[in-house]
Amino acid sequence: MNATLAHAYKADSGRVLAALIAQFRDFDLAEEALQDAMIEAARTWPRGGTPSSPSAWLLAVARRRALDRLRKLARAKDEALLQNLTLMAEDPPEEEAAQEIPDERLRLIFTCCHPALAQEAQVALTLRTLCGLSAREIAHAFLVPHATMNQRLTRAKAKIRHAGIPYKVPEGPEIATRLNTVLSVIYLIFNAGYAPRTPALSAEALRLCEGLHALQPKPETAGLWALMSLHMARDPARMDADNTLISLKDQDRTLWNHPAIARARTRLLHALAQSRPGPYQIQAAISALHCEAESWEGTDWPQILALYKALYKLSPTPVVALNHAVAKAHAGAPERALEALLKLETALFGYQPFHAAKADILAQCGHAARLEYDRAIALTTAPEELVFLRRKQQELP
Amino acid sequence: MQYMAFIYAVPGSEAGYDGDIMADYGQFTQEAVAAGVFKAGDALMPTSDASSVQVRGGSTAVTDGPFAETKEVLGGYYLLECADLDEAIKWAAKIPTAKYGTIELRPLMVFER
Repeated sequence: MNATLAHAYKADSGRVLAALIAQFRDFDLAEEALQDAMIEAARTWPRGGTPSSPSAWLLAVARRRALDRLRKLARAKDEALLQNLTLMAEDPPEEEAAQEIPDERLRLIFTCCHPALAQEAQVALTLRTLCGLSAREIAHAFLVPHATMNQRLTRAKAKIRHAGIPYKVPEGPEIATRLNTVLSVIYLIFNAGYAPRTPALSAEALRLCEGLHALQPKPETAGLWALMSLHMARDPARMDADNTLISLKDQDRTLWNHPAIARARTRLLHALAQSRPGPYQIQAAISALHCEAESWEGTDWPQILALYKALYKLSPTPVVALNHAVAKAHAGAPERALEALLKLETALFGYQPFHAAKADILAQCGHAARLEYDRAIALTTAPEELVFLRRKQQELP
Repeated sequence: MQYMAFIYAVPGSEAGYDGDIMADYGQFTQEAVAAGVFKAGDALMPTSDASSVQVRGGSTAVTDGPFAETKEVLGGYYLLECADLDEAIKWAAKIPTAKYGTIELRPLMVFER
């Protein structure tokens, strides 16, 4: 692929694909047609020059190819359908007229993240159609065989077709829950890139969130964007030279991306000012307080504890309770934190972050913590975290 | 599109329903008819009145049941005509049993002529 073409694909394939899917209501046809257009671009651009709007060119050519494919199918089937297609082909999309690509990505993201699809299918379909990742790339990122990922995508697309999952932005009372599903898919993609360090996925998640916010500004979307941006801003200080995790407490705060923190903070404040709080806005606010503190000791712990309390009210899950307890320990009340943790033991036993937190807090209280570190280490897979936990265990008195 | 809404519930669990379930079913059906969504709908007699039929090796075997005392069983259905899955979900959520049982939505298979 030449560089201009690669760039056009990266920047606009989601938008072009969304426009094609919206028109033809068929994921496979849209993908194949875009593929055809890419091949034609690779053939003609080097000789004839790059068109003034590469993505409009790709869309116009892909539309024509899609119609060609449908015509071939129709000829084998039905005369009436062929007539319809002729009418469709006479519709505007001329190359010149297609400078403005209609943005169908909003509808498409709600289709890809429809609750009638399994979450792993939502994630895969979103990366495939809105981010333009190949099935192979997605399979690699989620550590599943290529064939499995192909099958997952094929089944999801078939269900959309057979079950009549619509291409539309939801309306009415279900908007909030539907948006939450989309946001959780985006956050899942971000975390998939963040934990085993495939930064490309995290960047895709940020791009998706930014795009979603541009198309449909909502406080929670802004909250998620700010939350992810703040994570990213602290990333340069997260690892030492040996690729071992550094805890927030010991990070060199001068390495944080402070302009990015300021941007995230501005957008977050704007979202919070709309007085429609949600879990992502609150988590971003907690993260922002960490980012604003000049030191670990100088962190506004009372405010952070209050935010965790508010978060627990909105989403009363054991994991939020765990984070709340950890914040209590950091705020200088490890005994109270331990008390809270013991209540979570049944719900979270076997959950790695629970055992890692319990080990830390036991140590902080001056209790025996070695066994708890063993438990946490046994549950840890990420190498950078293994080293981190072993080091803490060795530092026990 | 046509969707079959299968109504599943644990036998007897309707006792915990908050309100007059028969009246609510009547109202739901009326509403669906008025909206042009209703194609068909019926309630079924309990599984204790069911018979299972199998043909194996040319002979017909009939047995009593099946009985599934503790699991959710099929208690009735609606056949709904809806524009898409979102509309079908909206209607399924209004079926009174959705509050304590499960509504399974299945699109009807369309055979090409």
